[in-house]
Amino acid sequence: MQVSSDEILHIANLANLNLKEEEIEKYKKDLQDILNFANIVNNANVNGVTETIGANEACNVFRKDEIVESSKREELLQNAEEQQSGMFKIPKVI
Amino acid sequence: MKITELTVHELNDKLKNKEITREEIVKAYIDRIKEKENDVQAFITITDKEKVIEQARKVEEEVRNGNITNELAGIPIGIKDNICTKGVKTTCASKMLENFVAPYDATVTEKLNKENLISLGKLNMDEFAMGSSTEYSYFKKTRNPWNLNKVPGGSSGGSAAAVAAGMVPWALGSDTGGSIREPAAFCGIVGLKPTYGLVSRFGLVAFASSLDQIGTLTKDVTDSAMLLSIIAGHDPKDTTSTNVEKKDYTKCLKNDVKGLKIGVPKECFGDGINEEVKKSIEKVIEEYKKLGAIVEECSLDVADYALATYYIIACAEASSNLGRFDGIRYGYRTKNYSNLKELFKNSRSEGFGEEVKRRIILGTYVLSSGYYDAYYKKAQQVRTLVKNEFARNFEKYDLLLTPPVPNVAFDIGSKVDNPLEMYLADLYTVSVNIAGLPGISVPCGINSEGMPIGFQLIGKAFAEETILNAAYTYEQATKFREHYNPEFKK
Repeated sequence: MQVSSDEILHIANLANLNLKEEEIEKYKKDLQDILNFANIVNNANVNGVTETIGANEACNVFRKDEIVESSKREELLQNAEEQQSGMFKIPKVI
Repeated sequence: MKITELTVHELNDKLKNKEITREEIVKAYIDRIKEKENDVQAFITITDKEKVIEQARKVEEEVRNGNITNELAGIPIGIKDNICTKGVKTTCASKMLENFVAPYDATVTEKLNKENLISLGKLNMDEFAMGSSTEYSYFKKTRNPWNLNKVPGGSSGGSAAAVAAGMVPWALGSDTGGSIREPAAFCGIVGLKPTYGLVSRFGLVAFASSLDQIGTLTKDVTDSAMLLSIIAGHDPKDTTSTNVEKKDYTKCLKNDVKGLKIGVPKECFGDGINEEVKKSIEKVIEEYKKLGAIVEECSLDVADYALATYYIIACAEASSNLGRFDGIRYGYRTKNYSNLKELFKNSRSEGFGEEVKRRIILGTYVLSSGYYDAYYKKAQQVRTLVKNEFARNFEKYDLLLTPPVPNVAFDIGSKVDNPLEMYLADLYTVSVNIAGLPGISVPCGINSEGMPIGFQLIGKAFAEETILNAAYTYEQATKFREHYNPEFKK
């Protein structure tokens, strides 16, 4: 399995990560090694086998749409680096 | 015997007989932490001494007045630092969450509080629970109490080392691919990963949501059953938690395995297993036979694929889960940015450690267009095969017996530069998470260098009682703790 530097940079960008020059080489090598190892899954005979997406079979767990007490606004904002008027503050988007 | 050498059930007996007070217990632990923390480095946050003593006095008084009737009130505990504790830092051993104070309690924390247990602090781990040695912590490297030059295992390495060193009587950990069972084996204690869905994950910082499960690290099996009885139970705040009947798991400890059918997968004894570990497990098999269990060789034909499948699924889920760390609502925010995209990228690049980035990159890769079918979809299909293979074995056997790890604890620094080799430490534990089953690691001996060896029992979904009883029966017959104790070798 060969991964190019451009591919690593593309993946890092998708994941919102910057990579320094030396990191590109390091992660490229690590990714190649791990993918070569992970390729073993392609030897498994999975013809017609359905995918398992969770450890238990529960899906569509419903609850009544009732108003319950939840965390307080100030508590949820306490870890934000910047806030204003009870809201999270971010740099200008447009 | 010193207070800090006792199990929780022994402490509890002494409290009932009024031989000791809760204040004496917490003071003994405070002293022990002071004595050993410099060597072991198990804690990220230690609860203020005065606060702990005050809490113990208050509980003692309330028990005397009859206002508190919980059996374990006033018993101390340690909590892995990825489990949210209101008003106390929850760092996940990451620079990203270095100053994060959880605004709410995890459901398990609420349950501990309801029982009036006293938290001695938050325990070290691999960053975001990604690792098998606790060397990937942003803050410190925890050391193995049996030999301070060895790793304690990971990712719940702080929890395992603190219990083994007698710095906490028991602890909570989390297990995504072996993160309770591997450190338990490396530190000579009991580690239980419950069935997926038995314990609520609400307030556990997510790594791989379909694999993560909170569990126990304890000195013996009885303590494990006691702590599980506290933390198990359905939680409407976690839609993957299962509605099973609330139980007292100590009731299943019958000290009897006559007629119990145990399968031993031959694949777990192939290349790569250490000879001394193998011999030790063979002795366990003989012991179970002596105790009346029926032990047979069996085949777990997907063991080869399980580790690759695990790393694909776990990293894919991690890359998605860790997308929430954007420097805005909580967590580290960079000082260097001129627009929103730079804020995201620089905060994440500066806040996450190397292994976390490696897994985010791998996870993003296997989910990206063009590779999704070859890796992620394939891994999910193999996940079905793994589940089916366990199901096939459980038609015939009540439980399976394997090593939890192919080797004993390794030297600090020996694998940290080779991620793939580090991943191989999880070979025998990951398939249990992939299939969502319960697994327990129990100490069974030491090697020629004095390092502990464990064995693993795997049960059917929600058959915690079967594995706890089998583990207990072995423990009663062999008494590991009476023969071996950590020596803090330097």
